[in-house]
Amino acid sequence: MIEFLNMGGYGAYVWSAYGIGFVVLLANVRSARAYYRKQLARAIARRQDSNT
Amino acid sequence: MRIWLPLQRLVSARYFFEFSSRILPWLGWVTLLILLTGLGWGLFYAPTDYQQGESYRIIFIHVPSAWMSMFAYMVMAGCSAIFLIWRIRIMDLFATSTAPIGASFTLIALATGSLWGRPMWGTYWVWDARLTSELILLFLYFGVMALRAAIDEPRRQGRAVALLTLLGVVNIPVIHFSVEWWNTLHQPASITKAAAPSIHLSMLIPLLLMALGFTLLYLYMALQRTQGAIIEQEIDSTWLQERLSNNTIETEGGTGK
Repeated sequence: MIEFLNMGGYGAYVWSAYGIGFVVLLANVRSARAYYRKQLARAIARRQDSNT
Repeated sequence: MRIWLPLQRLVSARYFFEFSSRILPWLGWVTLLILLTGLGWGLFYAPTDYQQGESYRIIFIHVPSAWMSMFAYMVMAGCSAIFLIWRIRIMDLFATSTAPIGASFTLIALATGSLWGRPMWGTYWVWDARLTSELILLFLYFGVMALRAAIDEPRRQGRAVALLTLLGVVNIPVIHFSVEWWNTLHQPASITKAAAPSIHLSMLIPLLLMALGFTLLYLYMALQRTQGAIIEQEIDSTWLQERLSNNTIETEGGTGK
């Protein structure tokens, strides 16, 4: 396990690279979903406004 | 022509929305499965490189992101061209959705390349032709996003952004051929070349899996963003309001990590 994390002495580089990739992509997935939900909530609020 | 064109636009946005709603949940899970397989394969099963040791494992994230950075730009440019010629609005929305995702892949390609360059080349950054043209790509994505934010009038906005995107296409072949045109630091292509790939199958398979996973992830995020943009624009349209009152819209917004 330690040997795997160590990556033959390149652990810091390898794991930072994967870490950056993971964080950036996760932020992307979340922001795409947040945008969709925001617009959906806006549309639902608009419908309720027009009904009352 | 003038009578059916607005109708056609509406139909295509609606069709696009319905289509995305149907495939997004499936796409999310398939993407996750492929990415996890590629990741596990690349980190655990792929053999150690005889020259670079374990540091080469950065390839499984670096190369797919670099490919995606160019692929996303080409998709954005294709959408811009179609939008300029046929005025299909959904193409403008899809191009808008692509820009931040393409910028993210470019950022990952640059950052991971830098982290790979330090142990292998002895430097985080050099003004090598490949590195410089990829940095220009990042600025092109930023430029496209900034221009869109700067213009309020919708018709001018779409056209101006599409034109800028198309101008930037020049940079794509420069990135691709930079390693052949200028003999600086970045190594030439190992896979995207005329002859057979100079990489062993045990490393090529996880690399291609990661590339496929990234492509699907891009589609997943771009479809979801485009759906959001469709709601934003069509907020008062009958079909959307009907769907909302039937409560048939996926409120969770798909699956995935």
